[in-house]
Amino acid sequence: MSLAPTSTPAPRRPVSGGFSSWLDRNIRWVFPAPAMIALMVLTILPLAFNLILSTQERSVSDALPSSYVGLGNYSAALKDERFWNSVKLMFQFTGIAVPLQMLCGLGLALLLNRTMRASGLVRAVVLLPMISTPVAVALIWALMMDPNLGVLNYFLESLGLGRSLWLADSRLVIPALALVDLWQWTPLVSLILLAGLQTMPDEPFEAARIDGASPWQVFRFITWPMLQPAAFAALTLRLIDALKTFDIIEVMTQGGPGTASETLNVYAYHTGFEFLRVGYTAALLTLLLVTVAVVAVGVNLLRRRA
Amino acid sequence: MTAHESRTRAIVLNTALTLVILVMLFPFVWMIMMSLKTQVENTAATPVWIFRPVLENYVNVIQRNNFLAFTKNSLIVAASATAIGMLLGLPAAYSIARFRQRGLSLWILISRIIPYITFLLPLFLVFTKLRLIGSFTALILSHLIITLPMIIWITIAFFEDIPTDLEEAALVDGSSRAGAFVRIILPLVAPGIVTAGILAMIFSWNQFLFSLILGGPGTKTVPVAVFNFLSYGSQDYGAIAAAAVLITLPIIILSLTVQRYIVKGLTAGGVKG
Repeated sequence: MSLAPTSTPAPRRPVSGGFSSWLDRNIRWVFPAPAMIALMVLTILPLAFNLILSTQERSVSDALPSSYVGLGNYSAALKDERFWNSVKLMFQFTGIAVPLQMLCGLGLALLLNRTMRASGLVRAVVLLPMISTPVAVALIWALMMDPNLGVLNYFLESLGLGRSLWLADSRLVIPALALVDLWQWTPLVSLILLAGLQTMPDEPFEAARIDGASPWQVFRFITWPMLQPAAFAALTLRLIDALKTFDIIEVMTQGGPGTASETLNVYAYHTGFEFLRVGYTAALLTLLLVTVAVVAVGVNLLRRRA
Repeated sequence: MTAHESRTRAIVLNTALTLVILVMLFPFVWMIMMSLKTQVENTAATPVWIFRPVLENYVNVIQRNNFLAFTKNSLIVAASATAIGMLLGLPAAYSIARFRQRGLSLWILISRIIPYITFLLPLFLVFTKLRLIGSFTALILSHLIITLPMIIWITIAFFEDIPTDLEEAALVDGSSRAGAFVRIILPLVAPGIVTAGILAMIFSWNQFLFSLILGGPGTKTVPVAVFNFLSYGSQDYGAIAAAAVLITLPIIILSLTVQRYIVKGLTAGGVKG
């Protein structure tokens, strides 16, 4: 801030306040500095360190010397079947969970917009799944999906359907985990879309009603175009979070049966903290980070075009 | 549309909403029911719907598994990470909002999308070197990765809503900028501080991965304790359910009391972004 020497009445500012006036002049960088330094130390430095680690061959133990292997860990990953399996599973999980969440979230948002007249209780209920502790969510769903005693099989049987092995079936485990994610995160999508719906102006809807548009036409040509920014925001958030889902998978299946639900971050977790292969894990983590970043940027490019 | 038609329609919509809410609530209801049943009832071939509630599972979890100590650990970590996050985050959020520092806000956004697991390995190695593994310091620092960007991101929106006139008036009256920030701006963004604080506490309380790797016997948090309890091969379903209820209960109570704030906080990033 520049203090021009003019004849305007001098503000009753303490002239002698050396630190105070220094702070005022430099507030633009003094105020954000502590937070930015903390974030730098806690996030940027670890990422840089991770990048360096990914070029080394070493174990967690300090006793063994580390050696530089260049891109060796990355080329090892590209030849690792378990890595490709984990990438495939990560995208399968996301590919099942996120589109269903978007659809169910949209349905729920439209429903809430129609029926909810300042009903705080309904909103509180909708919040519960996404703010509950993931470990607790995972435990309770694991109990419900128990092949012998779980209540979900009881429901299936009551409906005249056969019992399912749920998490114990290597073909069903990813859809079953995606179901938990669907339950947990549909509310977030619906709340974001609901916020979008509630800020819409009334005029276009009035006009459409007078012109005798059908409900589908109203949705297709008025609601949806105006809802798109909120929908893209929800989609971006959910894609990113679904790709990095860890808690519910690790708690419910530990990546099993076998490696049937071992997504990329679960695999990286196992190589890092069970097999203690530091360099290789760092390379896997870098690849995960790049994937998430590419998806995040990709969705935003799509948004620009839309 | 006739009155009759619109009534039918209201009935259909409300029925649909009730169904959705039942599906959302069912896991919680089932969890609470299991936590109040005996092992015999929990392992019956067909689920028991009517039973006499017992508190035995809660007694088991709290007494035999040192649950209160883990709760204390979780609270220490969540409260410290939130308090430090506020101290560092509020001035930063104010500055970003007031001076439109888009570069910084972009940086905050980016640090929110990085998978936490990518920080875990380097932090683990560094904390091992510094002999900090198992300390509260390690846990609080790692939880700051969650709370700090969240607090900044949520409060930016609240700072932006404050008209600059108020601040200008204070400056004319001889207040310094920092003084105006503390005495005038902060009280005005109190709802934002509450929102951000609650969400930061919740997400720190819920955090599993950092606490699992960076925590130790003396600093074990509730989610890790419950996970260990399960992985030691416990088949005591009632106790598992009781533990799940005990972790979730504080959050449910908190969110019921301040749900309006939480909705605003959770969707702020989404709608603005």
